[in-house]
Amino acid sequence: MGETSFTPGAALLGGAAIGAAAVLLMFTRGRVLGASGLVAGVLFPATRAEAAWRAVLLLAAVLALPLWTWVSGTAPPIEAPQSPGRLVLGGLLVGLGVSWGGGCPSGHGVCGLARAALRSLVAVAVFLSSAVLTVTVTRHVFGG
Amino acid sequence: MHRFDLLLAGLLFGLGLTVSGMVNPAKVLNFFDVFGHWDPSLALVMAAALLVTAVGYRIAWRRGRPVCAAAFDLPPRRAVDARLVSGAAVFGVGWGLAGFCPGGVLPALASGQSAPWVFFTALVTGMCIARAVDRLRSEDKRHG
Repeated sequence: MGETSFTPGAALLGGAAIGAAAVLLMFTRGRVLGASGLVAGVLFPATRAEAAWRAVLLLAAVLALPLWTWVSGTAPPIEAPQSPGRLVLGGLLVGLGVSWGGGCPSGHGVCGLARAALRSLVAVAVFLSSAVLTVTVTRHVFGG
Repeated sequence: MHRFDLLLAGLLFGLGLTVSGMVNPAKVLNFFDVFGHWDPSLALVMAAALLVTAVGYRIAWRRGRPVCAAAFDLPPRRAVDARLVSGAAVFGVGWGLAGFCPGGVLPALASGQSAPWVFFTALVTGMCIARAVDRLRSEDKRHG
């Protein structure tokens, strides 16, 4: 996979939109916005209503990409690892990790930190270090 | 408000993930590649999302209750434990291998590429395995 350029404007704008989504959900429903929590709530619902609101939100997040492509006139770049094994192993580990760690970057990194939750600060520090270590080892030690 | 707020929150979330580059594993992995082609964009995504959320949450909480629910429903504050730390560490390895996280993969599912679906299927499988293991353990505790 190749180099990508530093895009501060898009990063700030996109980040602000993610924050606005989290604030809107707190304002109307009183809930935190975490992607893994939304998926878990649809997979293992306590009640039908609990699954339904999360499914609506997830579906809208998926449809945002075609909407953006239509509005902007260009599809956003998505360059994923070629190896299916790497995607499968990565997906399994992320699935196990969010279940034990109680959240992902949107839940811990945005909503948890915004609530000043110590658990979230620890989770974010650990998963960022672990990801940096993983990329450093796979790219620079084994040269993949 | 029915479900209009959920649609809007989901679209904002998905647009933010798309515009910021969280949907693009190449960009995410370069953020972790501190000792190589480092692309610091994602630090700004998190900073902007966190700032908007931290301020917005406080404004939302000042109302006393959410617009469409009886009360705020926040995750309970629990202690930092080994489960959280190991979960976050495993999450980071998966994130560093695949470059997708549970939020970023959502809009990518509509890209027409197969890689996001491979990752997402493995993610759901991982979450189901973690739940099955937890159930077995709690049954062992009851019987043993």
